[in-house]
Amino acid sequence: MPPELAARRERRPFAAHLLGQNIGVLLVFALLAAAVLLYCVFFWIRQQSLPGNFELTSTVNNTMPLAMAAIGQTIVVLTRGLDLSVGGIIDLTNALAAVHIQDNAGSMLGWTALVLLVGAALGLVNGLLVGVGRLQPIVVTLATLSIFQGLAIRVLPQPGGAIPPSYTAALVDPNNPWALLYLGLCILLWLAFRRSALGVAIFAIGNDEGAARANGIKVVQSKVIAYTLSGVFAAAGGLFLAATATAGDATSGNGFTLSSIVAVVLGGVNLFGGRGSAVGAIAGAFVTTMIVNILFFSEIDPLYQSFYEGLFLIIAVVVGAVLGRLLRRRR
Amino acid sequence: MTESGATAGGGSPPAVAAVKLVKSFGGVQALNAASFAAAPGEVHALVGENGAGKSTLIKILGGRLRPDAGTVWLKGEAVELYGPGAAHRRGAWTVFQELTLLPWMTVAENLLLGDEPRGALGLIDRRRMSRDADAALDRLGIHHIDPDALVEDIPLAARQIVEIVRVVIREPAILLLDEPTSSLGEHEVAWLFDLIRELRARQTCIVFTSHRWNEIASIADRITIFRNGAEVGTYRRIEEREAITLMTGQRLDTLFPPVPPLAAEVPMLEAQGIAAPGISAIGFTLRRGEILGVGGLTGHGHRELFLTLFGALRAERGTILVGGEALRLRGPRDAIRAGLGIALVPEDRKTEGLLLPMTIRDNLTLAILKRISRLGVIEAGAEAERTTRLADALQIKTPSLMQPAGSLSGGNQQKVLIGRWLLAQSRILLLYDVTRGVDIATKHEIYELMVRLIGEGRAILFYSSDAEELAHLCHRVLVMREGRIAAELAAPNLSAEAIVAAAVRDSLAA
Repeated sequence: MPPELAARRERRPFAAHLLGQNIGVLLVFALLAAAVLLYCVFFWIRQQSLPGNFELTSTVNNTMPLAMAAIGQTIVVLTRGLDLSVGGIIDLTNALAAVHIQDNAGSMLGWTALVLLVGAALGLVNGLLVGVGRLQPIVVTLATLSIFQGLAIRVLPQPGGAIPPSYTAALVDPNNPWALLYLGLCILLWLAFRRSALGVAIFAIGNDEGAARANGIKVVQSKVIAYTLSGVFAAAGGLFLAATATAGDATSGNGFTLSSIVAVVLGGVNLFGGRGSAVGAIAGAFVTTMIVNILFFSEIDPLYQSFYEGLFLIIAVVVGAVLGRLLRRRR
Repeated sequence: MTESGATAGGGSPPAVAAVKLVKSFGGVQALNAASFAAAPGEVHALVGENGAGKSTLIKILGGRLRPDAGTVWLKGEAVELYGPGAAHRRGAWTVFQELTLLPWMTVAENLLLGDEPRGALGLIDRRRMSRDADAALDRLGIHHIDPDALVEDIPLAARQIVEIVRVVIREPAILLLDEPTSSLGEHEVAWLFDLIRELRARQTCIVFTSHRWNEIASIADRITIFRNGAEVGTYRRIEEREAITLMTGQRLDTLFPPVPPLAAEVPMLEAQGIAAPGISAIGFTLRRGEILGVGGLTGHGHRELFLTLFGALRAERGTILVGGEALRLRGPRDAIRAGLGIALVPEDRKTEGLLLPMTIRDNLTLAILKRISRLGVIEAGAEAERTTRLADALQIKTPSLMQPAGSLSGGNQQKVLIGRWLLAQSRILLLYDVTRGVDIATKHEIYELMVRLIGEGRAILFYSSDAEELAHLCHRVLVMREGRIAAELAAPNLSAEAIVAAAVRDSLAA
């Protein structure tokens, strides 16, 4: 037996470690709570009442597309990549849904599956170019963003098409926040992913790609899967967007490229890879929606809305970074 | 006594053998028909200068690089290794020289990567993973590393231990170690060697590289010496002197060049009562033409002292005088302007201060860009001329200065670091552990360079973790303990033993 190398040191409990290692997620939830509080205050000032089921439902439904896109973006960012084509995939899948989904169960299920498959295929293209082709993620996905946007316009040249009301009700019930169930499902999937070999591989690649390879991790394969998954989640976002809008628009997804990155950053996912959680990114998506809601009720001139959105974002990110640094130092 | 490369001693097939391996990177031939073999239950050392091809060889055996030609044999079978995974499946595991731990994952996740315990639904059981890792560490006598801590939060020495443990718990038949001791303390080295002896008793084949002759002599059953990408021979016993001759191809009669005595008492750098986080009450005078050594155990404030003198850490108290004038240090820019230059080799040896992907030339001229630019644009002619002359003087070994600095061996990277400050005409050089992990011939070149520099009227503050080096090269040595200067040693009291004694005196007395 080798000699004792060093004496036993006091050990912190498992739960304490878990807490310390998930500060980013805690922070975004604190941020979300603050945003909700602020929203309630403004709402009270305007309406002399507190927001209720209607406000909750519309907030959830409006956030669903972004939340989906943010989950996909998280997976790619964890590999130290970036998926700019998210907006294009949403455009294309949104257009496909609006053009094809008919008001019968077969069509709805069939086209939902097909649209998700299309998302997977689009993501696969990104993944192959980045993983096998060893090209820069930003360049690849910027190019495919344009390509997917072009394809979307071909599918649906003018805004239109129609989503059957029953499809809307199934995805984003306008009266009740049932859509939260989909989010719950996604979080369960995330927790399973985090504890799977694939999850470990994707985190490992973001930690240090060379070290991951030296440890026998299948780097190329895992990257391809990461981009494919991002495509699937973006497609899900496209479906939710179509369901919320009840019609299709081949350009309505464009904003999601940037806002999904914003949600991911707000959610505490490190843009340099290897650290973060989709749960945080989902909360980040909700924070983005809340900022828009708050601006609406504070009666700011719509012309300045984008200015204030940016301002809020900077404040949120700075507060998060400062708090995170303080908490880390105390450990 | 030498033996042929591909056969091991005894009748059984070798556990691992390399036969005429060839590998080149760009224009650099790293391996040139290199062969050796090691048997089960044998500890086999690969020695040679930096750039002799040892690390490349280990990487090929571990499946991380593929040879251009030649064959790898594992357990008596010729194999083609497509990646580390293929080597692992055949029982060959490597502890690489640079850390391959994942910093933002826990110690347990790193230890069991790819081998995680599964619970319900085939998902990873993180609590059990933590317990398993704890048990594995316990079995190896390690009780101070928390398996649930993130790797980035544990000290470097502990990371090195984790790196070793991770491989050992896979119970390799062939254990490859590339300079495992370069960042370990004495205590950890003793632990590792006991572990190696135990593995040897269990018929594990252990192949390792090292620059420390004492270690090699104490544990290796056989030694293969490499020079210029091929083996010179395999030996059961060999004297250090003879081994060095074989490694370098030349006789090194004196490793340490004679150091000229001080000509006059001209102070160049004075520190008076300096305090900063980690150091306090530091006072000394560095004179023209002097090599002033700084010694002591690692972690006792040397690094903080060097960074403070260079303006990278803010001094809380005290005065720094250069040429008798008080210096106001708001950052490294002020230090550089005052004629200071620093060559700092960090603990993990991924050299701080060099931009590894940029060319050697760019790295050399980084501190003097303004001087060689006209209207903000670098004058290529002036740059080329100065750097070429300097590279010749420093004996930087590279086919071209347009190669990335990362392509150089460790010792040559250190020369570039020093060279940068020579171009910047720094009069005072702060050299921090510049010879660590450097092969003997390059060490000798760095020593000669230092002597030449003080001969030209410069002054050198020299920290080294090697007490022998300090004793031979320095006019005086300051020994630091707990952030203070505990002793000042000068001839005739200056010796390696005296430095070590001064560094640990308190802990012995207490």
